[in-house]
Amino acid sequence: MATPAYETHEHDVIVIGAGGAGLRAAIEAAAQGVSVGLICKSLLGKAHTVMAEGGIAAALGNVWPEDNWQVHFRDTMRGGKMINNWRMAQLHAQEAPDRVLELERWGALFDRTREGLILQRDFGGHRYARLAHVGDRTGLEMIRTLQYHAIHQGIDVYMECKVERLLKDGDRVAGAVGYWRNTGQVVLFKAKAVVLATGGIGKAWKITSNSWEYTGDGQATALWAGADLIDMEFVQFHPTGMVWPPSVRGILVTEGVRGDGGTLKNNKGERFMFNYIPEFFKGETADNEQEADAWYADKNNRRTPDLLPRDEVARAINSEVKAGRGSPHGGVLLDICTRRPADYIRKRLPSMYHQFKELAGVDITKEPMEVGPTCHYVMGGVRVDADTTQATVPGLFAAGEVAAGLHGSNRLGGNSLSDLVVFGRRAGLHAGLYAKNFAGALRVDQAEVESAARAMLEPFDRSGGENPYAIQADLQEVMQNLVGIIRTEAEMRQALDKIEGLKERAKKVRVDGGRVYNPGWHTALDLGSLLTVAECTTLAALERKESRGGHTREDYPFTDDAWGKLNVVLRLRDGRVQVSREPLPEMPPELKALLQERK
Amino acid sequence: MPTFTLKVFRGSPTGGDFRDYRVDADDGMVILDLVHRIQATQAPDLACRWNCKAGKCGSCSAEIDGKPRLMCMTRMDLFKPGETITVAPMRTFPLIRDLVTDVSYNYVKARQVPPLRLKPPDPDGKYRMMQEDIDRAQEFHKCIECFLCQDVCHVIRDHEDHKPRFSGPRFFIKAAGLDMHPLDTLDRTEFVRAQAGIGLCNITKCCTEVCPEHIHITDNGIIPMKERMVDNFDPVVWLLRRFRGGRQEPA
Repeated sequence: MATPAYETHEHDVIVIGAGGAGLRAAIEAAAQGVSVGLICKSLLGKAHTVMAEGGIAAALGNVWPEDNWQVHFRDTMRGGKMINNWRMAQLHAQEAPDRVLELERWGALFDRTREGLILQRDFGGHRYARLAHVGDRTGLEMIRTLQYHAIHQGIDVYMECKVERLLKDGDRVAGAVGYWRNTGQVVLFKAKAVVLATGGIGKAWKITSNSWEYTGDGQATALWAGADLIDMEFVQFHPTGMVWPPSVRGILVTEGVRGDGGTLKNNKGERFMFNYIPEFFKGETADNEQEADAWYADKNNRRTPDLLPRDEVARAINSEVKAGRGSPHGGVLLDICTRRPADYIRKRLPSMYHQFKELAGVDITKEPMEVGPTCHYVMGGVRVDADTTQATVPGLFAAGEVAAGLHGSNRLGGNSLSDLVVFGRRAGLHAGLYAKNFAGALRVDQAEVESAARAMLEPFDRSGGENPYAIQADLQEVMQNLVGIIRTEAEMRQALDKIEGLKERAKKVRVDGGRVYNPGWHTALDLGSLLTVAECTTLAALERKESRGGHTREDYPFTDDAWGKLNVVLRLRDGRVQVSREPLPEMPPELKALLQERK
Repeated sequence: MPTFTLKVFRGSPTGGDFRDYRVDADDGMVILDLVHRIQATQAPDLACRWNCKAGKCGSCSAEIDGKPRLMCMTRMDLFKPGETITVAPMRTFPLIRDLVTDVSYNYVKARQVPPLRLKPPDPDGKYRMMQEDIDRAQEFHKCIECFLCQDVCHVIRDHEDHKPRFSGPRFFIKAAGLDMHPLDTLDRTEFVRAQAGIGLCNITKCCTEVCPEHIHITDNGIIPMKERMVDNFDPVVWLLRRFRGGRQEPA
């Protein structure tokens, strides 16, 4: 094949991904006075952040003055079952309030308290009502605010452009190569620093709240470029996704429903969460309905078990359904209609009202919702330095879902949006500073660019071969059935075999049609990263022989203190993914003390 | 399982036509599910945009039986089993391929809207706004930028030459949302008149009708802006405003 022609752009910093983290990173990098390119797979403003519902967690103390960063830090660490990077959890809790107030200064209109300050709502695992929100469309408010701020900062935006490979000059990063989705033309970005803000991997599962975009592009390209990944075994299954009708299975139902008073029930009408309070959370969780219901108004009571962290609730729902106490379509019931007035529900949860009414024909002010677990978020990802977000490859930075560490083994609701802006800002800042201090020439290897370009176009030249959609669907089936909420060694070994088979099939994938906006081709190319992250998750999950947070082993059902001191690290060496165990960074005593305190 | 015939536009800027696809629909499916089924089984290269599949991102805009709609929010039980349904790209924007159009016009217009200019905070460093004072602006913040209002607006749909001097309903409510922000200090009336071309709008309310977020684009956004424009030319109002120290014009 002849070498395809390609266009070249050069920036000091490129940011890959334009959700909350990418936009915030681009804004901060531009503020350093460097030239910034922002690359996104979809149109600007359509990234996954737009779908976030419940809110952004920040200890503003507007509703409960007792709240502060120390309590938020403690909640985050406990929610993550103590395996979080302590420094990231500290920075996040300390800086989140400033980032929320910054969004307000940039035009975000959060719902208000009676005093005119930003209102905060209750959410799972948070001791106090902590989530700044706009009804149940907080992500939309956030991405629009960042987007409209960013377009006035002199950032070059490359929309509907997909990065396939990172490029390096020796050890350090030197740019990226990809293609324009609407022309199919190859494009090279030369850059001194690269920020990954590409989000998650949820499209590897069949029942997922994630869109077509979530194919693990950042995790996979970082791994291929020599960066370490950690914690890939920790995948969050959000307890409440829609289950009926089949076409909407997996679409998210915000935790805000429970935050605002909704409760989970089985088909006998029992509030079953009282039967699933783990030892670890007994001290802070109400064990009777009266105390649980009183907690919403008076925080001297213990928190309702409906708002245990997501991993606990997802496992409980899974058990209820397995025990035959599920709802008609294999979920459980989420009831807010008997607990709150219709006007309140419509005001607080307008998008849920709309979603159920239009997609399921259910009026949530009159009937309970049917819900069940859906793949939602990956806690693992690119291993980063807490303060600078730099990966283990110089010049490569990562923020948001693609980065690992903050959430440990399980993310609390609301901590994702705050993660995006806290670490998005840090990534942009440090990528900008890195680019300013960059010495020597910026070089990319032309042969590497050309070989990446040829690899992208290969599927067009194959005869025979398979439809990419079939391979993607088979992978989703494998991950759903064999590397889901509850895992065993035998099933995961089977999954690895099957992934090997799918990799072989993917090498022969065929694409029909031309290069202009061809979703079949895009799906074919996304298989590379999707198969890589599926393999990484399975390998890491096999390695961790305990249960913790978003990783539950039927064959190792208990949490093991020895494992609580280790990260599972994945790196590519000689073309193979190597798995190792490395100790967590040691937490300083003053922070350890915070975890002991009741308050 | 009911079967439908989808007549889907297939083509490029140089030409194209509608092609028939017979597709089965499961319970609760929407047009976008059927388009995905066509991609997976009959036409893998069929171009369409989508992201959230829940009416939150505004990517899958199209014209279904001639009506601008989100494919992900158009349920198959709106139609009779066996019915033929046409699915066409938004007509107002240049075609890229099949159901995908070049919506860059909207991103150009977005940049022209003068951004928020905030008052200084209260003496304690905080900003205070009452809920009832932000309800109106929050309505406009619900916009998912599906651009269906832009697509249906006859000012641009039928008059290509208006595009340079007309921003369209999406950006009227963007400007209105900023003007109604209780802490904003900028007056966008002149922008809306001169650059965004609000005078070309003759309030046929087509934009409001197609809005999947049910935003009252015309009544709550466009009409109040038009009224303010008139007010601004009223010498009495102008004098009063000077006297009271009103909003500044954009620089």
